[in-house]
Amino acid sequence: MKRALPILLLAPLCLSASAQERRSGFENMARDTQAMQTDDTANPGMLWVLEGQSLWHQPAGPAAQSCASCHQNTEVSMRGVAARYPAWDEASAAPIDLAGRIAQCRETRQGAPPLARESQGLLSLSAYVGNQSRGLPIAPPADPRMDAAREQGRALYTARRGQLDLSCAQCHDDNAGRRLAGSTIPQAHPTGYPLYRLEWQTLGSLQRRLRGCMTGVRAEPFAYGASEYVAIEAFLASRAQGMALETPAVRP
Amino acid sequence: MARVLINIPAAARRGEIIPIRTLIQHTMETGYRPGADGEVLPRDIIRRFTCTYDGEEVFSAEFSPAIAANPFLSFTLVTTNSGPVVLRWEGDNGFAQTETREITVA
Amino acid sequence: MITTRRLLLAAPAVLLLPQASRASPEAMTEAVQAFTRGATVRSGRVAMDISPLVENGNTVPLSVIVDSPMTAENYVRAIAVFNQRNPQPHVITVRLSPRAGRAILATNIRLATSQVLLAVAELSDGSFWSDSTQVVVTLAACVEG
Ligand code: HEC
Ligand code: HEC
Repeated sequence: MKRALPILLLAPLCLSASAQERRSGFENMARDTQAMQTDDTANPGMLWVLEGQSLWHQPAGPAAQSCASCHQNTEVSMRGVAARYPAWDEASAAPIDLAGRIAQCRETRQGAPPLARESQGLLSLSAYVGNQSRGLPIAPPADPRMDAAREQGRALYTARRGQLDLSCAQCHDDNAGRRLAGSTIPQAHPTGYPLYRLEWQTLGSLQRRLRGCMTGVRAEPFAYGASEYVAIEAFLASRAQGMALETPAVRP
Repeated sequence: MARVLINIPAAARRGEIIPIRTLIQHTMETGYRPGADGEVLPRDIIRRFTCTYDGEEVFSAEFSPAIAANPFLSFTLVTTNSGPVVLRWEGDNGFAQTETREITVA
Repeated sequence: MITTRRLLLAAPAVLLLPQASRASPEAMTEAVQAFTRGATVRSGRVAMDISPLVENGNTVPLSVIVDSPMTAENYVRAIAVFNQRNPQPHVITVRLSPRAGRAILATNIRLATSQVLLAVAELSDGSFWSDSTQVVVTLAACVEG
């Protein structure tokens, strides 16, 4: 027992986040916004889930196969999938996030025209697949090949950037729970993506959220799909390990 | 066709007041907002919603640009006979969509 | 510590307008009079529910309930909602038949800024009733430019 302890302490990548009580951004929200998320008949994100469900069953590509042709029984085959992304991608020998995996499967296996990052099609499919894991704990793969990306993600998270010279950690670890303009600074847990953000008036990905936080400190954001984003996503997932997925969440 | 999410009980007792909740995918462009090029984007909103049931318009709504994107509406109706509940949204640029849901009244 | 001033990065882009094209208390009064055709509006019978402190003005849940039996003889014909400081004073008007069963409406609205909202109901006897409320809209942080 005594010998296991140091290993347990080393395992989580972000000690500060596991040291304080972890809270989903959901808990910071006003009662009305929470109600919008938890009621599927009022959650606008469900429109994208519905769209994703219809895309999932739509034949495409040379063999006119739908996602459902290969992934039968979606509720079972896709359950828990979103919870373990980003994951290692054998084909590119690099980490890949869920949207990347979906786009890849569509292009290479289904042979259908590619879906761009942040396109309605990719967001809808991501929302539909993500929704199959709602309520499940975030479970980053133990795969050691992911470690380098998680380390890189942590480094990006703690590096100061932009004209305001602020790191993610300065807001989301040091000042989480404090107010910034009208918003409560959340702990930056990626529990609800893709999600419906009231500010966007539409559904958006975690990468879009990260872009917003970068331009917010007047830093140059990375391009959609950049390996840096996937690294940050992998780090955030390890930091939020065990927290429940809410896809599609609602955020202010 | 815009995606819609409609929540109506499939069955109810005669005379029961049932809730209806609807969400429809639409940007509800206000006509006041500048686009990426700085030019104001032209207004593109849903202007009118109607709910017709058992030969009568039971509920209707006129929207201004102050209705949020992906309009949500919730209201009620009293069940009379089994039949279709017809929901219709109409708006700028010829937007028109009709959705029908059958309700069984016992 | 972060200073809020430095981090007030951008105002919400939606509905941002030159002051002149905003609605005003006068414009709202005019819009209400068009709805009531000049009839007197009494306060009461109408209950508007909206959070007094709004996180994001882009999507604000709002509901209105009017106390009415909703019978063929005594029902609410219409409910309209107005505001003072969006570009237009009108938000929504709904028309009801007694077969709606209840005089109730819920929707999500946009609020450009903190302001007063007014809900007016027209009853089948031709009388008009209202409820009004003050809403504070906070500014969003880290808004995309
Ligand atoms: C021709 C068959 C085929 C089609 C069509 C197809 N897939 Fe796949 N998909 C696969 C295979 C094979 C895998 C790899 C399974 C594995 O690694 O266990 C996979 C993996 C995935 C994964 C990762 C699963 C995991 O457990 O990590 C996702 C997500 C996915 N596909 C989504 C989709 C979507 C969305 C579509 C439609 C746009 C689609 N797929 C179409 C065959 C297909
Ligand atoms: C200046 C402070 C600040 C900095 C620096 C900052 N953020 Fe944020 N971040 C916020 C605020 C405030 C919100 C919530 C905004 C809202 O809800 O309107 C937020 C939201 C988030 C969310 C969404 C959480 C949820 O519940 O969905 C994530 C994830 C996130 N930030 C990650 C990051 C990352 C990664 C970085 C560094 C690249 C970063 N942020 C930098 C202030 C900051």
